[in-house]
Amino acid sequence: MAQLTFREAIARGIAQEMRRDETVLAIGEDIGAAGGVFKGTVGLFEEFGPVRVRDTPISEQAILGAAMGAAMTGLKPIAEIMFSDFFAVCWDIVVNEIAKSRYMTNGQMTFPLVIRSGNGGGLRFGAQHSQSVENWAMMVPGLKVVVPSNALDVIGLMAAAVRDPDPVIFLEAKALYASKMEVPDGEIVDTLGTAKVLRQGGDATLVALGAMVPKALKAAEELAGAGIECTVVDVRSLVPLDTATILREVAATGRLFTVEENPRLCGWGGELSSIVSEEIFYDLDGPIVRITTPHIPLPAADALEDMAIPSVERIVSTVTQSLQS
Amino acid sequence: MTNASLDLNAKLELYRVQVALRQFEKRAYDLFLENYVKGTSHLSLGQEAIAAGFAAAMRSDDYTFATYRGHAHTLARGVPMTPVLAELMGRTNGLMAGKGGSMHLTSVEHGVMGSYAIIGAHLPIACGAAWSAQYRGTDQVAVCFFGDGSTNIGAFHEALNFAAIWKLPVVFVCENNLWMEYTRTTDITAVTHPAADRASAYGLEPIIVDGNDVDAVYDVATRAIARARAGEGPSMIEALTYRHGGHSRADPGKYRPDEEVAEWLAKDPIPMYHARLLAEGATEEQLVEIELSVAAEVERATEEAKAGPTPGADLLMKDVWADGGSAWRN
Repeated sequence: MAQLTFREAIARGIAQEMRRDETVLAIGEDIGAAGGVFKGTVGLFEEFGPVRVRDTPISEQAILGAAMGAAMTGLKPIAEIMFSDFFAVCWDIVVNEIAKSRYMTNGQMTFPLVIRSGNGGGLRFGAQHSQSVENWAMMVPGLKVVVPSNALDVIGLMAAAVRDPDPVIFLEAKALYASKMEVPDGEIVDTLGTAKVLRQGGDATLVALGAMVPKALKAAEELAGAGIECTVVDVRSLVPLDTATILREVAATGRLFTVEENPRLCGWGGELSSIVSEEIFYDLDGPIVRITTPHIPLPAADALEDMAIPSVERIVSTVTQSLQS
Repeated sequence: MTNASLDLNAKLELYRVQVALRQFEKRAYDLFLENYVKGTSHLSLGQEAIAAGFAAAMRSDDYTFATYRGHAHTLARGVPMTPVLAELMGRTNGLMAGKGGSMHLTSVEHGVMGSYAIIGAHLPIACGAAWSAQYRGTDQVAVCFFGDGSTNIGAFHEALNFAAIWKLPVVFVCENNLWMEYTRTTDITAVTHPAADRASAYGLEPIIVDGNDVDAVYDVATRAIARARAGEGPSMIEALTYRHGGHSRADPGKYRPDEEVAEWLAKDPIPMYHARLLAEGATEEQLVEIELSVAAEVERATEEAKAGPTPGADLLMKDVWADGGSAWRN
């Protein structure tokens, strides 16, 4: 066992796969000797060298185009888009090229690639470096979308993403980079499309993703102090989506609260609400409630950003009021 | 320009390929008018020498990246006519069983790594295939075709810089047919030669070739591909040509001056090459035999494509994922 930060887990997960398979390569801006702007690739350049861990220019279309061309010809690239807001400058390659090409070619091509990106707010970077864009990726047919919430899952889901034959968008919550946990030694491999039940209670089910998971857990602790027992489910993977686990846990309590960092409209919780309404409506004991960032660009000031992103206090008060009404 | 390195038989093959591309696309157009081909299509009539010359210079495991105007490049790599025509007609015997259509022709087994319909997007992707060849040490080369209009989009410039700094085995080929869709390219481009005049910005030699002269194209292609294969990095070639028709099937191309069209029709690559081959010792009978055998091939492909079944629901949900399915939940 070792104490590992979320950012160290990224490098460990990538290194684990690069040692195992020499077709796994890493590219991105400043990921080499500099170790990444968020220090998520520290040590990789030293271990694997400049041919397998390669710095790129600030050319997001070239980075992802290169990853796509390499994947269709036998390599397994891990490409970094530094901030997920920057997907907007290379979204064509993701949506029109990577996501559609297997289907369009009747299965002639496969794209075993991973696109990692720092996602979401909490660091006071302002609107162009803080958005939580998991809903952008989720709505595109042909992309798998993974959002780990802790260091152990980072390693295991990174391994699963690299070994998966399809394109995976791997979103790293920037607010969690410094978080720590005990992680076992040795190889860690997880499974895509599996949600995790982190806590069980009979009154309500909180379904959360990425940086919202530790907040939902903290809120559940506080609610338990007030006599409200909550189940907490970590979604972990938006595509594929583990609806079996989520529906089971929602049906068990009869109440669903989603905790989402993405802006309100078309957030992943909207889709989940629709599935729950269509399939287990009669198991519900009250309305589905979505706790999200409001539909605004994120402000920079700490006071304002803290008001925007769902907080432990907002989760506690929303759940409390909703169960009382 | 004549190419001394090709013997007469090789040149007769270059003639055959050009005639095949011409006759195939004329048939494709007729089938549009008869409503067998739906949607849109972008023909390379008049531009055949570029596809034929490059394909002849490529090794069978080299990669082609084409645009939505990609019928010619796909056929030139040896993909049979029937699956291409059937793809245009949306039949299950199509190259992609009807799931891609005219603008996305792909045949991985022939090295045709896709036809891309977002302008410029495939230049970075070709860089990726070239990077892969470089890493795997296979000395394969990626050849990426695009139109003059692509030179004004960001992906073009990102790809050129990327290929240059990583010294990638990729050959960029600008088919400059003088018109970006319905607008004269020089009216919306800061330089006269949209590709060649940009080459020096990326440390590349500006290369301009007569794109209607298949021998000249073959020659320049051979040199650029050899350079890439030897690890000396990318090249950019601007091939001057002209499309005989409009941008797409919906466009009669009336915005072009009659004199300009007449001038370029007089430079049609196929009659020019016909005359050259006669001068170099081919007989009229040999050339007519090629034309007739291609015509028979087009007839056969037309019948086979028309006979292909239309796709059923089993194909609709297939192959989003590598496991063959499209499930997004359990």
